[in-house]
Amino acid sequence: MIKRFIAFLLLIAIGGIFATLLIGYTPDAELNLTARYYAERTAADLGSANIVTAIVVTYRGLDTLGEVTVLFLSAAIVGLVLAGGRQRTPRPRAPVGELLTTGTRLLAPLIMLLGVYVFVNGHLTPGGGFQGGAIVASGVLLLLLADPLRHFSHGLISAIESLAGVFYVAIGLLGLLLAGGFLDNRILPIGTLGDLFSAGAIPLIYSLIGLKVGAEFASMLASLSGTEEL
Amino acid sequence: MAHLAMATGFLLILVGFYGALTNRNILRMIVAFSIADTGVNIVIVAVGYMRGRSAPILDSTVSAADALARIIDPVPQALVLTAIVIGVGVTALMLAYAYKLYEKKRSLDIAKFTELKW
Amino acid sequence: MSMLMTAMTALLCVAMLVAALVAIRGRSLPIAILAAGLVSLVASVLFLILASPDVAMTEAAIGSGLTTFLFFFVLGRVRGGEND
Repeated sequence: MIKRFIAFLLLIAIGGIFATLLIGYTPDAELNLTARYYAERTAADLGSANIVTAIVVTYRGLDTLGEVTVLFLSAAIVGLVLAGGRQRTPRPRAPVGELLTTGTRLLAPLIMLLGVYVFVNGHLTPGGGFQGGAIVASGVLLLLLADPLRHFSHGLISAIESLAGVFYVAIGLLGLLLAGGFLDNRILPIGTLGDLFSAGAIPLIYSLIGLKVGAEFASMLASLSGTEEL
Repeated sequence: MAHLAMATGFLLILVGFYGALTNRNILRMIVAFSIADTGVNIVIVAVGYMRGRSAPILDSTVSAADALARIIDPVPQALVLTAIVIGVGVTALMLAYAYKLYEKKRSLDIAKFTELKW
Repeated sequence: MSMLMTAMTALLCVAMLVAALVAIRGRSLPIAILAAGLVSLVASVLFLILASPDVAMTEAAIGSGLTTFLFFFVLGRVRGGEND
């Protein structure tokens, strides 16, 4: 009872802070300095139509490398935590049904194709490596659901993951050698705004991020679905 | 509109904290955390919103020349993009540990885990 | 137009709060997980109204899709633990 009272007191305090923040908030009428720089310079400097992509991949590219690393670490820890313990004994399960199996055969390639489309076009349309990677991982999820006993080759997933990571860093180092700095996209010609092959290395980098993120999510899903029922 | 969305975000954070503090089931606590996570994201996106402007994507309607007067702040969006992806990583980690805890004690009641209690 | 947008935003906000309350107070755990997924899904529509299509896509694909499945994978493994 006293615990619940303290929780309420805490919530009221946080709610008070939030209320002052909300009352004191006035929306900006103009873009602030940072946003102004990005709005004015992105098209001319980087040639990317989607400014959010330009920020994520190039302006703050090092942070994205860190983010992908954090995601990799959490996928690795999930695998490590769940892999320990008993040996897995495959147990006969009820078949999943004709509808799901046939539907998966039709849909899984289409879903993966959509994921690839989303991350290849990340510099032109909404979407990019993270969204596309999640869509690819949901294709893998469908395969997992249709055949729970299928052993996903962890070797393949981790090979895709590490190759994408190595190429990502290699492109970043190339930017250091050939252009202005680490992960600079101007190692390739910028092209015209709005073309598929434009914005220098951004489509390449975002595709690598997409593959890496997709492999990480897929390995998370595979290790969680590979656990034993307790 | 930004105020409305921001108020909802703050309320979602409060609801999430309330759920995490008062529920005793570990899975329910993780659900509550993911709701608070969504609330934080809504608040950050609402900060970047400006009335009457469009998304920060240049195309035939928003040319590079008039982008300054036509688009909203792209920085909070890039931030939230990162936050969502990291959020699912953290959730997966919490779920893996919840599974491990259930394996040890055959229960998800937080009150049964007394080893670190004082 | 703007009036309609505001009304729709208000509707989405109310729907989100109701779903969040169901998620933390609802009787059964599967319904709580689905309600949390619903909060994310409605939030992604709200992001679209707030002119952030990138965030909306991420929330719909990751926050609403993958997270819900992660929860259900674990829920399916801890039979008997959901009522503690």
